Amino acid sequence: MTAATRTGTATNPVRRLLPRPRPRGRVVAAVLGALLVLLLVSVLALSLGDQATAPAALWQALRGHGPENTVYAVHEVRLPRVVLALAVGAAFGVAGGLSQSVLRNPLASPDVLGISAGASVAVVGVIAVGSLGGPVGIVPIPVAALAGGLAAAGLIALLARDGALRGRRILLVGIALSAALTALTQFLLTRIDVYDAQRSAAWLTGSLNARGWGEATPVLVGLAVLLPAALVLARTNRALLFEDEVVAGWGVRPGRARAALLVIAVCLAALATSAAGPVAFVALVAGQVARRVAGVPDIPPVLAGAAGAVLVLVADTVARTALPAQLPVGVLTGLVGAPYLLYLLQRRRSTRGTP
Amino acid sequence: MSTSRTTTRSGTAVTAILLTALVLLVVAALAGITVGARVLSPAETVAGLLGHDGVAATVIWELRLPRTLLGLLVGVALGVAGVLAQAVTRNPLADPGLLGISAGGAVAVVAGSVFLGLGAGTPRVLLALAGAALATAAVYLFASRSPEGLTPVNMTLAGMAMTAFLGAAVSATVLLSASTMDQYRFWVVGSLNLPDPAVLLPALVPAVVGGVLAVVVSGSLNALALGDDTAAALGVPVVRTRLLAGVAVVLLSGTAVALAGPIAFVGLVIPHVARALVGTDVRRVLALSAVLGPLLLVTADVVGRLVARPAEVQVGVVTALLGTPFFIWLTRRAKERAR
Repeated sequence: MTAATRTGTATNPVRRLLPRPRPRGRVVAAVLGALLVLLLVSVLALSLGDQATAPAALWQALRGHGPENTVYAVHEVRLPRVVLALAVGAAFGVAGGLSQSVLRNPLASPDVLGISAGASVAVVGVIAVGSLGGPVGIVPIPVAALAGGLAAAGLIALLARDGALRGRRILLVGIALSAALTALTQFLLTRIDVYDAQRSAAWLTGSLNARGWGEATPVLVGLAVLLPAALVLARTNRALLFEDEVVAGWGVRPGRARAALLVIAVCLAALATSAAGPVAFVALVAGQVARRVAGVPDIPPVLAGAAGAVLVLVADTVARTALPAQLPVGVLTGLVGAPYLLYLLQRRRSTRGTP
Repeated sequence: MSTSRTTTRSGTAVTAILLTALVLLVVAALAGITVGARVLSPAETVAGLLGHDGVAATVIWELRLPRTLLGLLVGVALGVAGVLAQAVTRNPLADPGLLGISAGGAVAVVAGSVFLGLGAGTPRVLLALAGAALATAAVYLFASRSPEGLTPVNMTLAGMAMTAFLGAAVSATVLLSASTMDQYRFWVVGSLNLPDPAVLLPALVPAVVGGVLAVVVSGSLNALALGDDTAAALGVPVVRTRLLAGVAVVLLSGTAVALAGPIAFVGLVIPHVARALVGTDVRRVLALSAVLGPLLLVTADVVGRLVARPAEVQVGVVTALLGTPFFIWLTRRAKERAR
């Protein structure tokens, strides 16, 4: 320690304060590895189903050759679902990674903070308006989800503004907010007609059943726009690991950068929720897995996205093929994610500095 | 529990507060009998209670009276359980619903009915109690093993994770058996809507035992508020007090779940209101909470019947919407004190 300090002071005192360049090699290797895993899992998901498809036949079917029913199964049934799972998982993962590193809190992800619950209640609200005799689909579902998620985030920001909710305390507000919004959603469910209620109930567990390109498109567009923006802000993200005063000294406006990254996280989580419902704990787990794999305190967004995509795709494929009934993917991620949260609680205190 | 700013009140003031709360409870219970999809006039109510008016008698004796009685019992159980949970953990945010205890009872009931075919009545009560006990032990264990120990934040987070896990388990169970889905959809929200006479009687036993335990340990809990060491120095058996209070919490919350499903926030809000009114003495808070709990629950049930007439809003939804702002306010206030 003393030796390092001495040499540091000898060369350049300011240099020690600047954000260290990431251990590039490890992050790049992690990203490449994650993409490889993603590819393997995707191939597996595409070949598994009521009738498994061999890799050669799968390649044929993807290009539109081979038996008609195989082509149908791959192109019309499995491909849209796999793409949707990847898009939703990536969006949740990036959202979780960003919010965890910006709020410097390993548990601060959109699902814990009530952002997904906000998006859910807005979506069910739009369905309810249609169901109760109002205009059907007055607002497109993704837009409603965005509005609901941003409103929930705004409420939390307002409540946390004076610094009374530092550290883990902000999570409590999120939990309470989720409880209230869930109650509101349940109230709406009892008011609307049975058919709509059943449809919404399945969606509220987080499900990819009977969904495809239509739901995937808004999420993919959102990712295409917001992920590059998040990457551009990544340097600032790294700087935010330091105290605000230090960051301000480098000419970065900590408040603005933080807000921009959080808005990106909220938008991605809301879009993913609009497509597949609030798939429990994906954002939380993906962010943490990415941080551990990369071995750096700031979570690389691409890695978090890849982790989320793998998580949702694996969970959905297991739910779709290995279990007796087609369980919604949200049930599976809940059963895995909640114990992981308990495990995180047992770990060393890490509310500041190392998200 | 150093949450109250009020000084110790005189005995007469406490008696006056208790009596006022009791009068309000009677009023709320009367409202529970007369108000609903069809509002009964006072004359109709009297005639119905005496059995002179056929329709009114059916409405009152078959539907509203059992429902109101259910609300009273569940309200007492939740209010008292909340006081004990907050006192024994010294956690102002403790609540059987938020700590995952109710969810434990709920998942046991659902699983028992789907896999073992256990119906209403004594099995349901036993299942709820067993589930609540397991969940309590698990949450306590997880929260106490975290580095900061049993802080309010960690307990709430552990409870939230437990609730989420058990919620997913319930979803999986219910979705695997489509027939139970419809049956449990309303119960899981927390509702007084389906008074089941078969459960009422077996549920009374653990409720009474839990209540007696609560009264017995309330004096020792006062000492526990001063810290474990001080309590031990005062001759209070710390571990036994904790254990007995924990058993009482499990008995009372399990009963409430078996009767009405998981209802959150009643156990959180009521002890705080009671403390603000009569000070920090656990015995006084306990007595007042046993009146205010049913008052809140019966009132919330009446409100739920009125806002969406002729449909109803489940009482669990109403209490969640009322309790959340209160919880957030408490969270923020706790921080301000700590600074």
